[in-house]
Amino acid sequence: MSPTFYLYLSAILFTIGTLGVLLRRNAIVVFMCIELMLNATNLALVTFSRINGTLDGQVMAFFVMVVAAAEVVVGLAIIVSVFRTRRSASVDDANLLKY
Amino acid sequence: MTHAALHAAATLTPTMHTTGAFSFTWLLVVIPLTSATVLLLGGRRTNSWGHLLGVAAPVASFVLGLILFAQLIGKPASERSFDNHLFSWTFVGNFKAPANFQIDPLSISFVLLITGVGSLIHVYSVGYMAHDPGRRRFFAYMNLFVSAMLLLVLADNYLALYVGWEGVGLASYLLIGFWYHKPSARTAATKAFVVNRVGDFGLSLAVMLMFATFGSFTFTNVFGAAGSADHATMTAIGLLLLLGACAKSAQVPLQSWLGDAMEGPTPVSALIHAATMVTAGVYLVARSAPIFNVTPTARLAVTVVGAVTLLFGAIIGCAKDDIKKALAASTMSQIGYMMLAVGLGPAGYAFGIAHLLTHGFFKAGLFLGAGSVMHGMNDEVDMRRFGGLGKYMPWTFATFGLGYLAIIGFPGLSGWFTKDAIIEAAYHKGGTSGYLLGSAALVGVVLTAYYMTRVMLMTFFGEKRWAEDAHPHESPEVMKWPMVILAIGSVGLGYLLVLGSRFADFLAPVVGKAEDTAFKPIGLVGILTFVVMLAGIGVAYLQYGRRRVPAVAPVAGPLVVAARHDLLGDAFNESVFMRPGQYLTRLLVFFDYRGIDGFVNGFAAFIGGTSSRFRRVQTGFVRSYALSMFGGAVVLVAALLLVRG
Amino acid sequence: MSFPWLTVIGAVPLAGSIVLAGLPSARTKLAKQVALGTTLVTLALAIAMAVQFAPKGDRFQFTEQVSWISSFGVHYALGVDGIALVLLLMTVVLWPVVVLASWHECESTRFSAKSYLALMVSMETLLIGVFVSTDLFLFYALFEAMLVPMYFIIGSHGTSRSSYASMKFLLYSLFSGLLMLAAVIALYAVGPGGKDAFLYSTLQNVDLPVNDARWLFLGFFFAFAVKAPLWPFHTWLPDAAAESPVGGTVLLVGVLDKVGTFGFLRYCLGIFPGASHWFTPVVLVLAVVAVIYGALQAIGQKDLLRLIAYVSVSHFGLITLGVFAFTSQGQSGATLYMVNHAFSTGALLLIIGFMIHRRRSRGVSDFGGMQKVTPILAGTFLVACMSGLSLPGLNTFVSEFLVLVGTFTRYKVAAGIATIGIILASVYMLWMYQRTMTGPVAPAVEGAKDLSLREKLVIAPMVAVIVFLGFYPRPVLDVINPAVGATLQHTGNSDPPPVVQTATNGGAS
Repeated sequence: MSPTFYLYLSAILFTIGTLGVLLRRNAIVVFMCIELMLNATNLALVTFSRINGTLDGQVMAFFVMVVAAAEVVVGLAIIVSVFRTRRSASVDDANLLKY
Repeated sequence: MTHAALHAAATLTPTMHTTGAFSFTWLLVVIPLTSATVLLLGGRRTNSWGHLLGVAAPVASFVLGLILFAQLIGKPASERSFDNHLFSWTFVGNFKAPANFQIDPLSISFVLLITGVGSLIHVYSVGYMAHDPGRRRFFAYMNLFVSAMLLLVLADNYLALYVGWEGVGLASYLLIGFWYHKPSARTAATKAFVVNRVGDFGLSLAVMLMFATFGSFTFTNVFGAAGSADHATMTAIGLLLLLGACAKSAQVPLQSWLGDAMEGPTPVSALIHAATMVTAGVYLVARSAPIFNVTPTARLAVTVVGAVTLLFGAIIGCAKDDIKKALAASTMSQIGYMMLAVGLGPAGYAFGIAHLLTHGFFKAGLFLGAGSVMHGMNDEVDMRRFGGLGKYMPWTFATFGLGYLAIIGFPGLSGWFTKDAIIEAAYHKGGTSGYLLGSAALVGVVLTAYYMTRVMLMTFFGEKRWAEDAHPHESPEVMKWPMVILAIGSVGLGYLLVLGSRFADFLAPVVGKAEDTAFKPIGLVGILTFVVMLAGIGVAYLQYGRRRVPAVAPVAGPLVVAARHDLLGDAFNESVFMRPGQYLTRLLVFFDYRGIDGFVNGFAAFIGGTSSRFRRVQTGFVRSYALSMFGGAVVLVAALLLVRG
Repeated sequence: MSFPWLTVIGAVPLAGSIVLAGLPSARTKLAKQVALGTTLVTLALAIAMAVQFAPKGDRFQFTEQVSWISSFGVHYALGVDGIALVLLLMTVVLWPVVVLASWHECESTRFSAKSYLALMVSMETLLIGVFVSTDLFLFYALFEAMLVPMYFIIGSHGTSRSSYASMKFLLYSLFSGLLMLAAVIALYAVGPGGKDAFLYSTLQNVDLPVNDARWLFLGFFFAFAVKAPLWPFHTWLPDAAAESPVGGTVLLVGVLDKVGTFGFLRYCLGIFPGASHWFTPVVLVLAVVAVIYGALQAIGQKDLLRLIAYVSVSHFGLITLGVFAFTSQGQSGATLYMVNHAFSTGALLLIIGFMIHRRRSRGVSDFGGMQKVTPILAGTFLVACMSGLSLPGLNTFVSEFLVLVGTFTRYKVAAGIATIGIILASVYMLWMYQRTMTGPVAPAVEGAKDLSLREKLVIAPMVAVIVFLGFYPRPVLDVINPAVGATLQHTGNSDPPPVVQTATNGGAS
């Protein structure tokens, strides 16, 4: 099987993730879509690593995972505290930081 | 006489290095300066003895001056110039300004006048200012003046002269505004300083031009090279010096400050605004003889200024009711004579300076007399409120009377010798200009005789027109004796100076000498002068001696009204310089605020406005930010692809 | 290596300001003593150094040089020539005076007294650094760093006017500084680079393409022209001078602005001699306009501090005129003028500060007749005014006349027009004196106290310097002349010879 299919899959996943971030209002879903984009990137990185026969891509993928893990921790905490104060998880409701 | 020869005559004298007494020349300046410093810094602690120190300082300088004078005349005429080098004041590249004092016949004449008349006026002031709470301050300023004036005449270069020049300006400013709480006095003081600054503008440009032309501004170097510069430059230097002289000596067109300067105490008017400072312009021209000798154009300008001013001042003098202002106008007119004389070149330098010296005596005496009258009349200055004072103030009357005879040029008194000499020299110049100048001087004699007789009659003769609370009395001894000594000088000095051309010979090493300087009193001109003088006295007598003097100035024609208002000098300055100047500054302040700052603030407002519009992009919606990030990423990728493709 | 005089002199105020910042806010008295002590120690050290300076020796003395950022060729390099030395001395003399003058003022700002004094003392380090650095990068860093404390000092009254003024000052300086930064970077790029890329000695000898040099000159010139300030970049100064506490105004007008004119002389002329010549006509026009314009503005002002600010604009015009006259008299005069201006204007501002303290107003018309109530204050004010109008015998005259005469030998018209300034000077100074000090006593100043001992101590050294330098400017000129000679030699100029050659003026000396 040609590795390019993995790239196609990665592109599709990334697109889905992007659309989700842009279109959905629920913070949890937006958050999950970001994770989806990150994992799509990971997939692409690993694939490139495989194609080029080097380890660079895989190393980068690990970095991304670490960042993603940290992001989950911080992000979920923020979402929970926003939900506690505003009784809503919609990203459009949290628009105080403007102008 | 050719220019070259004149020039040689004026610069022949080699400058000797100081020996003996001449190495103490600097003390002349430093003694009064020290005294002024002590009095100013000492404050109230020196109140009790301040006036004594203040009198001692000029007297000490006078004694030193006499010693130096005695030493000087002991030397042969060709060696009468001594330099007292102190230190190098300013030194940059070619620009060398030494702090030097120079004693030569011209400067020693001034030293004796300044310290001699100055000492007498200081003594007089002890009595005159006895009841003034600021007497110590007064003496401090007076000493400062004496010091600066001595520096002016002792300097051996134009920059040091300029220091003294502005120093006397400062002293004059301080003393005119001595009663600073009076709005009129403070305005007069500022006016005097500002007008003098116009002259300083000319003088400083003259120094700059000298430096650019000769690479030096010491008298020796400039005079030595004066003949080798081109005529236009020398004329420019001469005219710039004349501008300086006009301001300091209250000559037309910078005459307007002198009348107002009478706001100062009377001894100030006597010393600064009659005897010494105002004559500095004449000194400047005489001192710069080698420069003026090579430029007939500048000399002509000097004579014209002198002639115009002598008539201008005399006309004003005829209309003034304030005794001090009448005397001030007379000073202006008399200095016009001196200017006229020194403008004539070598034929007139000695006469101009001689008239300056005699005028120093009789005008100082007249002012002190006026002060004495005011002292006895509760500081009244309006002559229409005087009258019949001769009986009550015999000493003042006598001394004032001798001064009066001297100034109108009554035969035998000092003014006669010196003024007639000037008139003759003017006619002697020849040509249309000589005729016009001489005639102007002759008309000046009529006017002088008229206004001085008027002053005399209105003050000392006729019926009493006093205010009710006036109790005229003779002034105390300390004021009387200076007047007496000045009166003696008014009588005898002219004889001493002019007969046998003594003074002309004495000054010759400095200013050069014309062949024919012998004074011929009984010539055609002399007789004519005497006749017109009598005519002036007669007219004044008919007007003020025979008739009652009204207590309020009568309605008069336009010329008299103009003369009462200083021939509209102030009106002219006000409408041509002051008001447009005020409008200009107001316009500029507006321009700075609205124009330059408006542009800056407008630019800031533009940036601020633009940003606040752009700020609206920050909506606070996370998804719109995400969209813009997405858009940005797309653009970036597209750009990358485009560039690579 | 010999004793690092310059580093020590610069470090003392820095240490002092750190100590001040660490003090508890309540210890006001101690803070004042620390501030005064620090500045006095700095003064003593600077004098100890100055007496060892050999005017006829090397151009830069007391040099120190340590590599700082070696990859860009940046050094920590210090050294003084005659010009920098006199400006350094001016700075260290003025600072303790200003600290003493701010004795009460420092408690009335929105900062605590110790913070205000810490800002003030830290400024001294930066200014010393600006004058003594011989590395362009170091100079630039310190030049920009000066803005920080000055920004806070100007705005320390906390009113809306003062924050407007401080922001205006900051933006003006930052924007012009940015242009200079661009020029500095470009100079590195087109210059020789290498490990000594920013040393003044390297830059002085760099041979730039003509057009590059002109553009770079403009970058530097603009920064210095704003700082000086030269017409028409001056409008920040009256605002800043009027809104700042008076002590800050003295530092701003007296010392900080000198960095601009110093920059012209050291950097514009030193690095871009060709471009400086090329731009001279434009600069002369700006300078002459500044002289007359500033004076006319001063006549029209109603606020004492703004009046003095415009007077300074006029005087800075004269200084610039002298620098760009390219004659020894002009440049020595300009340098001397920088020093003299600090003392005469400093004295004026300090006394106006005393007046404001008594009357709580800056308006000229709010005063009147003070000579009767406070004769000593009026007397010192008169001396300062006379120095401000360049009365011969007082300090400013020597420098002003040197500038004018130096300009006149090369540019007669410019000098002639600038000389009109002396007439206008008498108008603005005496009219100010007349309205504030003479005439009937204004009701509000009745019963005002004359100078206290502290105030006398503040003003006495200023008056002493004013009088001393008027009578005997030689010590300062002797130090300045060789440095100016070196500058002129570098720009390839010599004094125009006199028109008439004689035996007495032909030879030098």
